[in-house]
Amino acid sequence: MYLESILLCRRCKVPKKIRVLAAKPGLDGHDRGIKVICCALRDAGMEVIYTGLRQTPEQIVQAAIQEDVDVIGMSVLSGAHDYLFPRVMELLKGAGATDIIVIGGGIIPEEDIKSLRDVGIRAVFGPGTPTTDIVRFIKETVSR
Amino acid sequence: MARGEVGKVGVAIDTLGDMEALFDGIPLDKVSTSMTINAPAAILLAMYVQTADKQGVGCKKLKGTIQNDILKEYAARGTYIFPPAPSMRLITDIFAFCSQYIPSWNTISISGYHIREAGSTAVQELAFTLANGIAYVEAALQAGLKVDDFAPRLSFFFNAHLDFFEEIAKFRAARRLWAKIMKERFGAKSPKSLMLRFHTQTAGCTLTAQQPQNNVIRVTLQALSAVLGGTQSLHTNSMDEAFSLPSEDAVQIAVRTQQVIAYESGVANTADPLGGSFYVEHLTSEIEERAQTYIDQIDEMGGAAAAIEQGYVQKEIQESAYAYQKAVEAGEQILVGLNKFQDEEVPPRNLLRVDTAVMESQVAGLKQLKAKRDNVAVATAIKKLKKSARGNDNLMPPFMEAVKCYATLGEICDTLRDVFGEYTAVSTV
Repeated sequence: MYLESILLCRRCKVPKKIRVLAAKPGLDGHDRGIKVICCALRDAGMEVIYTGLRQTPEQIVQAAIQEDVDVIGMSVLSGAHDYLFPRVMELLKGAGATDIIVIGGGIIPEEDIKSLRDVGIRAVFGPGTPTTDIVRFIKETVSR
Repeated sequence: MARGEVGKVGVAIDTLGDMEALFDGIPLDKVSTSMTINAPAAILLAMYVQTADKQGVGCKKLKGTIQNDILKEYAARGTYIFPPAPSMRLITDIFAFCSQYIPSWNTISISGYHIREAGSTAVQELAFTLANGIAYVEAALQAGLKVDDFAPRLSFFFNAHLDFFEEIAKFRAARRLWAKIMKERFGAKSPKSLMLRFHTQTAGCTLTAQQPQNNVIRVTLQALSAVLGGTQSLHTNSMDEAFSLPSEDAVQIAVRTQQVIAYESGVANTADPLGGSFYVEHLTSEIEERAQTYIDQIDEMGGAAAAIEQGYVQKEIQESAYAYQKAVEAGEQILVGLNKFQDEEVPPRNLLRVDTAVMESQVAGLKQLKAKRDNVAVATAIKKLKKSARGNDNLMPPFMEAVKCYATLGEICDTLRDVFGEYTAVSTV
């Protein structure tokens, strides 16, 4: 009896795989980074859904809700992050999906990061970030 | 969809009006213009020709390049619109039109640059670029053009990456392979058809955000490899491009880097100065051989377009990109300041900011133009274009007519979308 409950508890506690939506908002076609990150997150045991190029913020939020993801990771190298990232956050709020953790990366100047964090982007990863840092951040943040 | 990007990814050209403003006071018979434009290349070329016409400059005097390389967009860069078949038609229409009316125009810049930036190896860059080149030549021959009529205007665009001698050997192997392909495979007779003329840009993906001043040295070495490899033209990246569009100061250092190489170092005085070096010749042959193996494999798959549609090229590039990232993270590929010899980082200052007012004024200007142009003429031109697109006519004349009455790039592309449809990328992730 005692043994069985432990097993059950353990079974309940088996964490479900972390689900991540990797997204490319806007017209930017630079997808090397996001594809590398998709591979790294999968190798770290996560389920990754990649949107492909040219997604509107609306499409991204819709996909995130439909796919029931824990995390949205957006990549922008065109300089449009200051419009696109806040827009996604606004739509997530409107949809009542603020529990989804949103992170971003790309060519994003340091001085822009504060305002992105202010609208709820949890972390911004710049060029040179080891993929292991991103994996660690996601694992720690989701389990909290 | 372009919201947030206007003015950040290049100058916004919505209509002939923008093109006229851009070249106002610049005599188009005196300059050469290069346009990094692909899916809508034919339309931009039409705008350029019309702008020249308004200046009283005839087609025969126009010099310049359009990138016009759609295959690498599907494979690596992502700015495609239409499916491959109609896209190839647009390209051969340009070849045909230019060989007759704009003889000094470089009708295509077959680009390995973006393939490399997307993560390929040097050998893959070379092989996939030449495979794309073969596809363009075949398409033009199928459209009824004669090889020596269009081949001399084909140009290439390569990346200059970190490995100094490998890059030099890659450029040399490119010339050897292309000459052989043109001569043996396509039976070209004109020596100009055998020449591989190329532009080089230093590798943007090797710029680090850590200790950004080191980028000046990286760019110098990369530029030097391009010059020693025999490049016809060169773009040196700016040291702050891992953060944003470059600042004026950073751009100036990048230009001065070229000037030091060109005017002080003496390295540009001799053609192929490393020819005969045992190591460089060996590397050249090795790269040539390995690239040829890839080209043979792509031939077996049915050519570059088929290989791209099957996702083969994309997968190859992706795998190399991931392998490179893992090598960097494991410290096997050393990047100074990033994974070795690190220092405390100071955030860079004086980065360029693009004012959002740029977008607002662009949108307002477009609205104004739409209100005052002859909208009946626009509708007529668009209707004609649609008819031509459905048939087999060369599309350059209807483009010319449409841009002349200030039809927008969006209106023209939407018309083509109606007829051609839009390309959906194959998923390779």
